[in-house]
Amino acid sequence: MSGDSVIEVRDLTYRYGERPALAGVSFEVRGGERVGLLGPNGSGKSTLFRILSTLIQPQGGQASVAGVSVRERPADVRRKLGVVFQSPALDRQLTVRENLRHHGHLFGLRGALLDARIEEGLHRAGLADRAADRVGALSGGQQRRVDLARAMLHEPPVLLLDEPGTGLDPVARRGLGDQLRAIQSQRAVTILLTTHILDEAERCDRLVLLDRGCVIDAGTPEALKREIAGDCIVVRTADPDSAAREIGERLGLTATPVDETLRIEAPRGHEWIGRIIELLGPRLESVTVSRPTLEDVFIHRTGHRLAAEVGAA
Amino acid sequence: MTVERVDTRVWLATTSLWRREMVRFVRQRSRIVGALATPMVFWLLLGSGLGRSFQAAGGPASHGYLEYFFPGTLVMILLFSAIFSTISVIEDRREGFLQGVLVAPVPRAAIVLGNVLGGTTLAVGQAGILLLFAPLVGFEWSFGRFFASIGVLVLCGLGLTSLGFAVAWRLTSTQGFHAIMNLVLVPMWMLSGAVFPPTGAPGWLRWVMAANPLSYGVVAVRRCLYPAEAVAAMGLASWPVALAVVVGFFGVMFVWCVRTVVVDDAARWS
Repeated sequence: MSGDSVIEVRDLTYRYGERPALAGVSFEVRGGERVGLLGPNGSGKSTLFRILSTLIQPQGGQASVAGVSVRERPADVRRKLGVVFQSPALDRQLTVRENLRHHGHLFGLRGALLDARIEEGLHRAGLADRAADRVGALSGGQQRRVDLARAMLHEPPVLLLDEPGTGLDPVARRGLGDQLRAIQSQRAVTILLTTHILDEAERCDRLVLLDRGCVIDAGTPEALKREIAGDCIVVRTADPDSAAREIGERLGLTATPVDETLRIEAPRGHEWIGRIIELLGPRLESVTVSRPTLEDVFIHRTGHRLAAEVGAA
Repeated sequence: MTVERVDTRVWLATTSLWRREMVRFVRQRSRIVGALATPMVFWLLLGSGLGRSFQAAGGPASHGYLEYFFPGTLVMILLFSAIFSTISVIEDRREGFLQGVLVAPVPRAAIVLGNVLGGTTLAVGQAGILLLFAPLVGFEWSFGRFFASIGVLVLCGLGLTSLGFAVAWRLTSTQGFHAIMNLVLVPMWMLSGAVFPPTGAPGWLRWVMAANPLSYGVVAVRRCLYPAEAVAAMGLASWPVALAVVVGFFGVMFVWCVRTVVVDDAARWS
């Protein structure tokens, strides 16, 4: 199994002064997989991303890409990596083609080969007609797609993406997803991306859940959701604490306060709805039942939401 | 074989980054104004205004002050241009371009060199325009003098741009960069013999000026522009000393740049 792994992370630690960002993180990504690092802001995923992309050195533990240690041979790791950062690594004053040409040169590409790669990348990005436009004139989604084409110019076996969908509307996000799928269907690229967006996480083969610098869970999206037995019931009421107590005493269910709501995990959720309405009566503002999402899995494990800022806690 | 391949790659990366600086400059017209017009205005206003009082204080009487101030203005253009071009390092970091460069498999020295060569080319190009006006203030003109001056300006420009690059790399805000550059570069320029000669200055100031590497850049420019007998009367440092300091300054600054880039600090990314 480990012989097949393309990204390996072992007991990785990193701290900014007193504040630990990574407290012994371990996981691996196998060849051809698309793995998502799912966690809220402040969970350590950006630090992890910077270490894997060789921008910063790990303080403890090991990380390797395609068998090459990021600590000992960062220059060789860079050859294997395509990296898409949160803000596109493009010069807004230059045209799309100029940007791609410069980055191609940095990877030792030139001449007809580089031109062919640029055309291919722009075609896959659906931006062949925008090659002569300045990057600053493109929309955020288009810029992100050019940036993905840039990261793939040297045809790396491994692609890292930091929050690729953040700041994009659903349409732009879908465009980026299509491009990523096109890349993966043509080449055996291993993809690791960080995200806190649920539909982006759903499309990964496997997820690693990160919270406060630790891996709290890992598995396929389906397997993670199966950890929650049954359905999720969300109750809104003016006084969540007393409602939680009553639900516990009278219905025998565990209701956990999360933000302003109560969350209950129970099999056959629809059967409980009527009883909760009867119990709380006019104090009830709303009650919903749904199949568990990845957000529910996260709350189940940590007690807080993906959208929450953890750093301050 | 492999050595040659690595060399071509380094050169490809360096020239590509250099070319980017050129294209960026052409697309930002305001930078031309900032780097070229400002020193010219300075030269005319300060030169004309200070001229009289300066001569009364015992400057080189045979030359007008506009002439005395001319080499200093050339160096000032280099200085302004170095500030303007290296500030793009901070913008590149903030906007994301720099991250893309840093995850590319190129030696850090190639990244520094591409940027520094780009900044120097722009600086010398602008100073060269003012240099064309040298005959107007009474300098005797020859091709030899012109190209020697350009050569000296290139060496000075490399050093100043490297200094700007190393400072810019450490900072995350352009305001901070301007503050530090003004604090360091403006006094450096004022005490380089560009504005007044060390001969008239008090003893301690003369020592400061002698310790200032930029003084030797100004000396080298003067030695290019003035005829030998005029230079002898000014009591300037010798050619070998001036050149050694200018080249040495660039060497030290360049090494500082590469070291700064190699041990890049995590804090700058957060």
